[in-house]
Amino acid sequence: MDLTITSCSHIYDNKVIVNDRIIFYQENIIKFADFAKTVYKQEQIVYPKFYKMDALSKLGFLAVELVLKERKLEGYHPEAVGVVLSNSSSSLDTDIAHNDTIKDRSGYFPSPSVFVYTLPNIVIGEICIRHRIKGESAFLISEAFNGRLLCDYVEELFNNNRVEACLCGWVEVMGDNCHAMVMLVEKNNPPMDGISGLRPMLFNVENMNFIMKRN
Amino acid sequence: MYDGMKPVYLLNDNIITSLGLSTDENTGSLKNGTIGIRTVTDPELYPDPVPVSLVDTDRLNARFSMILKAHQKTTPEDLFTRLEKFFIVSIHDALKNTGVEPGNSRTLLVISTTKGNINLLENRYRTVFSHKRLYLWELGRIVQQFFGFVHTPLIISNACVSGIVAIMTAARFLQSGAYDHAVVSGGDIISEFVISGFKSFQAISPDPCKPFDRNRIGLSLGEGCGTMVLSTMTGFAGKPLIRITGAATSNDANHISGPSRTGEELSWAINHAMKQALVTSRDIGYISAHGTATPFNDEMESKALGLSGLSNVPVNSFKGYWGHTLGAAGIVESVAAISSVRNNFLYRSAGFEIPDETGTLNVIDTNQSVEVNLCLKTASGFGGCNAAILYQKD
Repeated sequence: MDLTITSCSHIYDNKVIVNDRIIFYQENIIKFADFAKTVYKQEQIVYPKFYKMDALSKLGFLAVELVLKERKLEGYHPEAVGVVLSNSSSSLDTDIAHNDTIKDRSGYFPSPSVFVYTLPNIVIGEICIRHRIKGESAFLISEAFNGRLLCDYVEELFNNNRVEACLCGWVEVMGDNCHAMVMLVEKNNPPMDGISGLRPMLFNVENMNFIMKRN
Repeated sequence: MYDGMKPVYLLNDNIITSLGLSTDENTGSLKNGTIGIRTVTDPELYPDPVPVSLVDTDRLNARFSMILKAHQKTTPEDLFTRLEKFFIVSIHDALKNTGVEPGNSRTLLVISTTKGNINLLENRYRTVFSHKRLYLWELGRIVQQFFGFVHTPLIISNACVSGIVAIMTAARFLQSGAYDHAVVSGGDIISEFVISGFKSFQAISPDPCKPFDRNRIGLSLGEGCGTMVLSTMTGFAGKPLIRITGAATSNDANHISGPSRTGEELSWAINHAMKQALVTSRDIGYISAHGTATPFNDEMESKALGLSGLSNVPVNSFKGYWGHTLGAAGIVESVAAISSVRNNFLYRSAGFEIPDETGTLNVIDTNQSVEVNLCLKTASGFGGCNAAILYQKD
């Protein structure tokens, strides 16, 4: 089955690339929260819930926001769209934040608004709520980006007719370091002129690795 | 199903919970109605007494020590974490008499967990274990190396549906011919991390939880591990043969910590699984539901089962026995449900006394012998995820 990457975003080192264009770069931002907020504002996104999210959800949210700005999810039934994401450290960045609230008996203040983010698939939940996606989803863990794993997983979803479109990629946050690469994969060949900045690429390991490595 | 899809059989399994270290020990305890949830006073787990379902540490360590010797490992026992011991004991037991070799390049290892070695964040473990051990891929690597699996394990961390997603993923890779065998193992431990979090949600029941009961007020936490050895070949399978015939997941797109209001999305996942298996709701003889005993979860499940035309089918939740075992739950409860299919015996849904406000479900209120050929297992979790899978007697 020919699957096509119809839009993709890549976020790392204070840089944001959407399809072939660098849409954001600012050298001197140190904190992830500042970086995420600056991108959010520049892109004129209005979604107040963004501010309540943990770092992993903010990163995944932004990456998907930018992918779908270039290529709308139109004409798909909500349950025909899937989300498959992966990373290395699961939700460890927020796990440490929750742990900080319980390690001292005299200052014991665990909070549901932190604890709820101590699962890596919460970012998938946030993306699904935002874009009304109701299909298959999964969060996979690998030490480093594994294009083969993602490719195999997503191809199985298409082969089983469980999705007609699928967001997939890598969303990793630890402290102020982040790296995200998210793409939209579609079954039906998209019109060539319908996409700004990206020539449709076949969905395969080589092209995934190419997008992941370019800068 | 698509052309050329291979059948997927369950060859053998194991479950570890407060009720025992093998499938037989657990199902024996279920039959006797033993409840594994107890109030524990342990300041290292939580400042106040809390009801939890804990695996017997002495028995676990004794079993692990024997397995270390059997595998001729020289690593000292205390350099393995509690969760790593769960996985190793469970996989070792499940692999027995299956003929499946971890060292075969056609064998895949799939690991499911929500929090992995999260207790290593506690100060008391920091001097013993490296920070790297907190990473789920490192947990996977330790299990992989212990048994000599050829491939890097596929690791699923998808909240409370992790276990079913792991089984479904393994089944899909076997159906397509990518692998011939899969060892699917899910585990999670009780930790202060998890107890304090659910406490902050005010989601923990002060007494053992009461799934689908009108007076349910929250969940009970448990720990455990479950392993299923799957194959496209029937050679070493236990009798009667059990086949995975359909599975699907869905997302509510409603709330990150609360279920769907309508149950529509879980119902879709159930319907997709039935469609793949070429069966209808009338073919399903028994349902092992998620049944966490939180007011909203159980209500949502009632609605979903109703939407899928399954209200009259006998249903239970195992969480009244051993609590919510998180990333292990989908596998542990699948194995228990499959024992019902194999033995034509349904277990009482522990904690259930009075039908809930909807009163629509056929909750199993007493152990019973009934012929069961097809069983549905469901789960739902934080992040709005739902999963459904079907086990069929051949």
